[in-house]
Amino acid sequence: MYETNYHRAGSVADAAALLAKADDGKLLSGGQTLLPTMKQRLAAPSDLVDVTKIAELKGICEDGNAISIGAATTHAEVAASDLVKQKIPGLAKLAGGIGDPAVRHMGTIGGSIANNDPAADYPSALVALNATVTTNKRTLSAEDFFTGMFETALDDDEIVTSVSFPAAAKSAYAKYPNPASRYAMAGVFVAQQADGSVRVAVTGAGQDGVFRVPEMESALASNFAPDAVAGISVSADNLLSDIHGSSAYRANLVTVMAKRAVEAAS
Amino acid sequence: MGVDGIGARAVRKEDKRFITGKGRYTDDMTAQGMGYAAFVRSPHAHAKVVSIDSSAAEDMPGVDAVLTGEQLVGDGIGNLICGWMIHSKDGSPMNMGAWRAMEPEIVRFVGQAVAVVIADTAAQARDAADAVVVEYEELDAIVDAVAAMEDGAPQLHPEAPNNLIYDWEIGDEAAVNAAFEGAAHVTKMEITNNRLAPNPMEPRAALAIYDTAEEHFTLYTTSQNPHVARLVLSAFYAVAPEHKLRVIAPDVGGGFGSKIYIYPEEMVCLWASKRTERPVKWVSDRTEAFLTDAHGRDHNSVAEMALDADNKITGLRVKTVANLGAYMSLFSSSVPTYLYATLLSGQYNIPAIHANVKAVYTNTVPVDAYRGAGRPEATYLLERMMETAAREVGLSPAELRRKNFITEFPHQTPVIMCYDAGDYSATLDAAMAAIDYDGFAARKAEAASRGKLRGIGLSCYIEACGIAPSAAVGSLGAGVGLWESAEVRVNPVGTIEVLTGSHSHGQGHETTFAQLISERFGLDTDAVSIVHGDTDKVQFGMGTYGSRSGAVGMSAIVKALDKVEAKAKKIAAHLMEAAEGDITIEGGELKVAGTDKKLTFTEVALAAYTAHNLPDGMEPGLKEGAFYDPTNFTFPAGTYICEVEVDPETGTTDIISFVASDDFGKIINPMIVEGQVHGGLTQGIGQAMLENAAYDDTGQLLTASYMDYCMPRADDLPAEYRLSTHETLCPGNPLGMKGCGEAGAIGSPPAVINAITDAIGSNDLSMPATPEKVWQLCQTTTKAAAE
Ligand SMILES: Cc1cc2nc3c(=O)[nH]c(=O)nc-3n(C[C@H](O)[C@H](O)[C@H](O)COP(=O)(O)OP(=O)(O)OC[C@H]3O[C@@H](n4cnc5c(N)ncnc54)[C@H](O)[C@@H]3O)c2cc1C
Repeated sequence: MYETNYHRAGSVADAAALLAKADDGKLLSGGQTLLPTMKQRLAAPSDLVDVTKIAELKGICEDGNAISIGAATTHAEVAASDLVKQKIPGLAKLAGGIGDPAVRHMGTIGGSIANNDPAADYPSALVALNATVTTNKRTLSAEDFFTGMFETALDDDEIVTSVSFPAAAKSAYAKYPNPASRYAMAGVFVAQQADGSVRVAVTGAGQDGVFRVPEMESALASNFAPDAVAGISVSADNLLSDIHGSSAYRANLVTVMAKRAVEAAS
Repeated sequence: MGVDGIGARAVRKEDKRFITGKGRYTDDMTAQGMGYAAFVRSPHAHAKVVSIDSSAAEDMPGVDAVLTGEQLVGDGIGNLICGWMIHSKDGSPMNMGAWRAMEPEIVRFVGQAVAVVIADTAAQARDAADAVVVEYEELDAIVDAVAAMEDGAPQLHPEAPNNLIYDWEIGDEAAVNAAFEGAAHVTKMEITNNRLAPNPMEPRAALAIYDTAEEHFTLYTTSQNPHVARLVLSAFYAVAPEHKLRVIAPDVGGGFGSKIYIYPEEMVCLWASKRTERPVKWVSDRTEAFLTDAHGRDHNSVAEMALDADNKITGLRVKTVANLGAYMSLFSSSVPTYLYATLLSGQYNIPAIHANVKAVYTNTVPVDAYRGAGRPEATYLLERMMETAAREVGLSPAELRRKNFITEFPHQTPVIMCYDAGDYSATLDAAMAAIDYDGFAARKAEAASRGKLRGIGLSCYIEACGIAPSAAVGSLGAGVGLWESAEVRVNPVGTIEVLTGSHSHGQGHETTFAQLISERFGLDTDAVSIVHGDTDKVQFGMGTYGSRSGAVGMSAIVKALDKVEAKAKKIAAHLMEAAEGDITIEGGELKVAGTDKKLTFTEVALAAYTAHNLPDGMEPGLKEGAFYDPTNFTFPAGTYICEVEVDPETGTTDIISFVASDDFGKIINPMIVEGQVHGGLTQGIGQAMLENAAYDDTGQLLTASYMDYCMPRADDLPAEYRLSTHETLCPGNPLGMKGCGEAGAIGSPPAVINAITDAIGSNDLSMPATPEKVWQLCQTTTKAAAE
């Protein structure tokens, strides 16, 4: 690791100011991605601005028919939240399946989505649940927020403050983990709204990160049952391929995980 | 602790220290004025080193020196050696290319060191290493061993045309050909054994301290065999004469073979310590470990088995290509030859065997012994062949094996080994009973009703431990003898120190060795301490690998104990005015049989040291040493059975049950033995299903961290291992021990793969059996079934 200056921000405004002052500053949340990257000398920020002690970035609350989760809320807190378990059980389950207990007690939703690892779990939930991301500058829809592999719509000096998830009638997440890293090789989040409309979002498999499967969505809108998606496969063309799984294998996993997610949601 | 003799499940004495964080590992050692080393490593698999510019690095804060391979060679530091000479079948000696600890001319694998920075802190050393500018001219690289032998393939060493190190054979080719001519059935398979990274929990480390006044070196290092390290460092690498070099291997956090070898980094630390006149420390990080620790296995084989009309095996023909990486590591040459092909007879009566092994250079990290070393390769090949042959001829896998079991001992195989004792039916029966083999069909049907494919697979392994005797291994090319040494020092107050030439890096010697003394004299194990790992304290010894510390190391202790006991009895007899033959030792006392006369062990020890009243002519003191050179290898054997369920939709394999029935001969501490088996099975399951050290075509290591190298985790394993043992004593050593350190890793991979191939009805599966591979085979078998 290269030398760096550590700052603890007391508020979002304070964090923004510290970031603006720094040569090459970076926000530090749970550090579960950023610190390993720094240890490998793949990142060398001059300053780290820790956002995890900012009260307004922490916690989970009900906001009308939605659940709002502060950016610095850990995966473990989301997994254990009664509110989340009750309103969006798929989201609680997803958070409880990220990494291992140590990672879940440090890593945060804000850090995860800002990083937008194509194998991360959260992006699928944000897209399938049609969440909105609030920053210190604006509010964006999840689909506008995620723009590609490790890419988001965030400006360099922009801070995610919370994510708001509209409650769904039914929701579930099925993940096939990479055997080595345990990130998603294919993770499918299925959400059905009260009006019967359905969103299916896939993480882990796409070359450009999270994507929706419209064919599955319309099939499930008319028949919310595992069989409805069993025969629908995504093209392997734009899927990831590596030593752990070819794009054809990932395409198969997308169908199987979609089926299992629907089964779990029903 | 208590008096815990042979067979007691004594808790491990060393665990208090390990569990409470009080272990003392190499990285815990510090020395006044210590500097840190960071290596400049090649990013290319094959390249000419055009120039090294260290000027910027030298000017950086805290930097003491930037040293290169040219300086190392200039100072007369010798090349790394391979300590086992193999001759090709035409009689020519193996073709060994030069390996320098830092390479001045041509780098041959990613991660090879070309320079080292010594600085005040580890971070400064790393920063400066990054600032050393090395200009390379890239050369084509080759990573596949079979392709490396083809004409036109990139050449690694001028000494080895077509990258061929040796073309070796064993067995009677004509007899094998005749067997195949008369065969009723022939089974043929192509079998690969995947490449593994050893992954001990503690990465390698070194702290070298040069004393300018005494011209003496001390090296703390992560070694399984500190005396061998000292010998090689001094005799071959010319770092220092033996008496001016002290090697200490303190607590070592696992090795699995990878810490047998003397690596460039440790040697460079010694040399750099002299050049910079300050202690130098280096600690490998995990990625450096993946890049530079010797890997294991990596074989490509074609095997053919001939059976007669009665399904008796009549011949076995094996052709193997072994990838040894870019250089020949210390014992690399012996692994795919004498540690492999000599076990190809397995537990079976095979009248004719011929094996041809070609060892090949590639642009990958050197490959050497890794837990099992050669025997897992032999077992995997043979046990997959047995299962396949059984399926082809329509016999149950157990029956084909039983039909061919060796039942009389000693048994001379056609490939050197002479098995001394065993009962292969007993372990097969025990394992089949434990897994309820007869109930499998019902379990399979039940699984099918849930959409799961259930399979069962056997492996009847045999292996050879305690490589010996020295004269025999010498005649096969070994550069060292493979005996062991011990010294038993009874202190004047009757406590005991045992100095052993073997080395514990997880095996629990401090407990099991103490149990031996406890058993002999009836002393508390707390009255015994085991001293190992320091060349200044302990007499020359050979270290720990090849499951030898029990069968060979403890045998040396037994010999020394015999001498101590004899002398103690003489003293006791003299003091109690009894006949020597009437003295018995029991519960820490020496007694005159049939009387109530007795002396405590402490009283006898004290008498030996006060020497006021010893038998005429007897030397004072109670301390004896012994060297033990075994008469033969030992032959642990057993049966492992694995039962799996495959999810055909994803190719996921769950191990439902795993049973092991082992014959390790005499067992000193069953708990420690079970621990060894658990660990071995886990590594074997890891090899079978998860682990793979993968290079891309350009020689970049794709699995240089745990994000991509898949280590087995608890939830990859069955909920429990069900173990049992069956004891036939080894006639070759005083305790009847065989060794248990590697069996789990040797026997388990074929059991797993046989189970998966049974489940999916396709035999075309290679290790690791990743979900994708299994899924793909499920696709083909489902398609075939539909047609
Ligand atoms: C062993 C291990 C296993 C893991 N397994 C999984 C897994 O299975 N699934 C999965 O999804 N993830 C996994 N992760 C990643 C984990 O979820 C991380 O927590 C997450 O990716 C990053 O969150 P963080 O809070 O740690 O962010 P950091 O590492 O602190 O930051 C990540 C990036 O986000 C930026 N950032 C942080 N906070 C904000 C903010 N409020 N606004 C804008 N930018 C911000 C940082 O500057 C940085 O660039 C794993 C990590 C580890 C170490």
